Amino acid sequence: MKKDIIEILEKDSRKTAAEIAVMLGKSEQEVAVAIAEMEADNIICGYTTLINWEKIYKDGGFVTALIEVKVTPQRDLGFDKIAERIYNFDKVKSVYLMSGAYDLTVIMEGKNLLEISKFISAKLSTLDSVLSTATHFVLKKYKEHGIILNAENKNDERMIVSP
Amino acid sequence: MTEIKDLIATHIQNIPYSGIRKFFDVANEIEGVISLGVGEPDFETPWAIRERGIYTLEKCRTVYTSNAGLLELREEISRYLKRKNNLDYNPKGQVLVTVGASEGIDLALRAVINPGDEVLIPEPSYVSYKPCIIMAGGIPIVITTKVENEFRLTAEEILEKLTDKTKALILPYPNNPTGAIMEKKDLEKIADVLKDRDIVIISDEIYSELTYGGIKHTSIAEIDSMYNKTIVLNGFSKSYAMTGWRLGYAAGPKELIAAMTKIHQYIIMCAPTISQYSAIEALRCCDDDVSKMRKEYDARRRVMLNGFRKMGLECFEALGAFYLFPCIKSTGLSSDEFCERLLYEAKVAVVPGTALGECGEGFIRCSYAYSIEAIQKALQKIEAFIKKYRKE
Ligand SMILES: Cc1ncc(COP(=O)(O)O)c(C=O)c1O
Repeated sequence: MKKDIIEILEKDSRKTAAEIAVMLGKSEQEVAVAIAEMEADNIICGYTTLINWEKIYKDGGFVTALIEVKVTPQRDLGFDKIAERIYNFDKVKSVYLMSGAYDLTVIMEGKNLLEISKFISAKLSTLDSVLSTATHFVLKKYKEHGIILNAENKNDERMIVSP
Repeated sequence: MTEIKDLIATHIQNIPYSGIRKFFDVANEIEGVISLGVGEPDFETPWAIRERGIYTLEKCRTVYTSNAGLLELREEISRYLKRKNNLDYNPKGQVLVTVGASEGIDLALRAVINPGDEVLIPEPSYVSYKPCIIMAGGIPIVITTKVENEFRLTAEEILEKLTDKTKALILPYPNNPTGAIMEKKDLEKIADVLKDRDIVIISDEIYSELTYGGIKHTSIAEIDSMYNKTIVLNGFSKSYAMTGWRLGYAAGPKELIAAMTKIHQYIIMCAPTISQYSAIEALRCCDDDVSKMRKEYDARRRVMLNGFRKMGLECFEALGAFYLFPCIKSTGLSSDEFCERLLYEAKVAVVPGTALGECGEGFIRCSYAYSIEAIQKALQKIEAFIKKYRKE
């Protein structure tokens, strides 16, 4: 049941326990308990809104960067310690440990290129374990979290009544 | 001179336009209607299938295929029926690709009906069986299924209508419009009364992927004594959200499929080629898409059922297709009145049960091939409408 609940919440986190209960044929109580447990277990880590910032900052003033970071892992701690040093910055939105040519992907948002470059040169590159960084700026976002950002509002093409 | 309309064949003149068609003409005139009236999925055809369609066009695979359909597709259909229902059909000779299950219905009936043969149809059911029987020269014999039985077909009901002239039985489950299903145990009971008869079972399984409550669809062809009497009809319209691609198939005993292929060869030649290539992709790669859609329908089904029950409309829990069939007798209105007034007064379109058989009187067909938000909005309007009539 928990998996069914999070599948619904993943698509629409505003669904209430009562609504989910109807959709799954369970009691509201059962669903509420399951959600609380998943929150406690960090399975559900938060409820956010997917925002198309490009529409708010039409004339600029909002950029997203993807930074490839190479680091030296630390004895006993591996990559976790250095990842923590990075993800604790507010501006950093996501941090992933990668396989392949580099170690960490850092995604961050800022007002403009300058702000992000400053952050990288002042805060990221200067960390002891960071060997090198390569920064890519996002030019346009098409799809995020499975949702097409600028999807056209599609009309229901179907006839009103059909057999 | 005779008027043009009198040149039309009498038996065609006598066939009425479908009740759904008439209702569509009315509903289409009104602005801002919320509909629960459609018989097709709201989902998009999965991208992998559409992408294959585009590729097929790029490669200019736009010529006729063999009459029976691409062998590669027939092989996939054969594998699919094995995987889903453990049915064995030889792709060479036992499978025919058709223009939707619609064509399959027509072919199956024409292949078996001699003038005057009787064909049993459980009702309420899909609109095209009766006219297709008549056009094939047969006589439709209606079996009224009952809400007490959750609209399942019983052996007793068949026995009541069986005669020496009975040639075929149409078995439309999961059912449009009731949402009824037939489980293995139900099928075994009817198989018992049919097994020693010379009768062909035309099993319209177009909604086979859409069953709920943990019950998997069973085909009557899975019962040994029925395999050789059954034509399984299915297609891509509902399960893969491919209504406009016009693609379906028939599987059955090779003699019957050969006869159907003969008719198909002369009237259709072959099913649309681009759709056939795309359907190969559907059967190979889209099981996950189908389960996702099923899951979503199931949630909507519960929301709608809960809504009807809350507003005091009796509604049995349908476990198939994407329709609920609530009883509206408590409003004191006939099905036609209910639907017409609901349309004009609340701007919600649902289908009167009578459009799908006279015995659908007292019921309405509501489709849940809509988003939960749309369903909730429509339910609110229906509830307000019903309250008004209960008071009056
Ligand atoms: C029970 C039933 N059979 C057959 C069909 C026709 O399907 P197709 O699109 O495959 O011709 C429909 C479509 O509404 C249906 O509801």
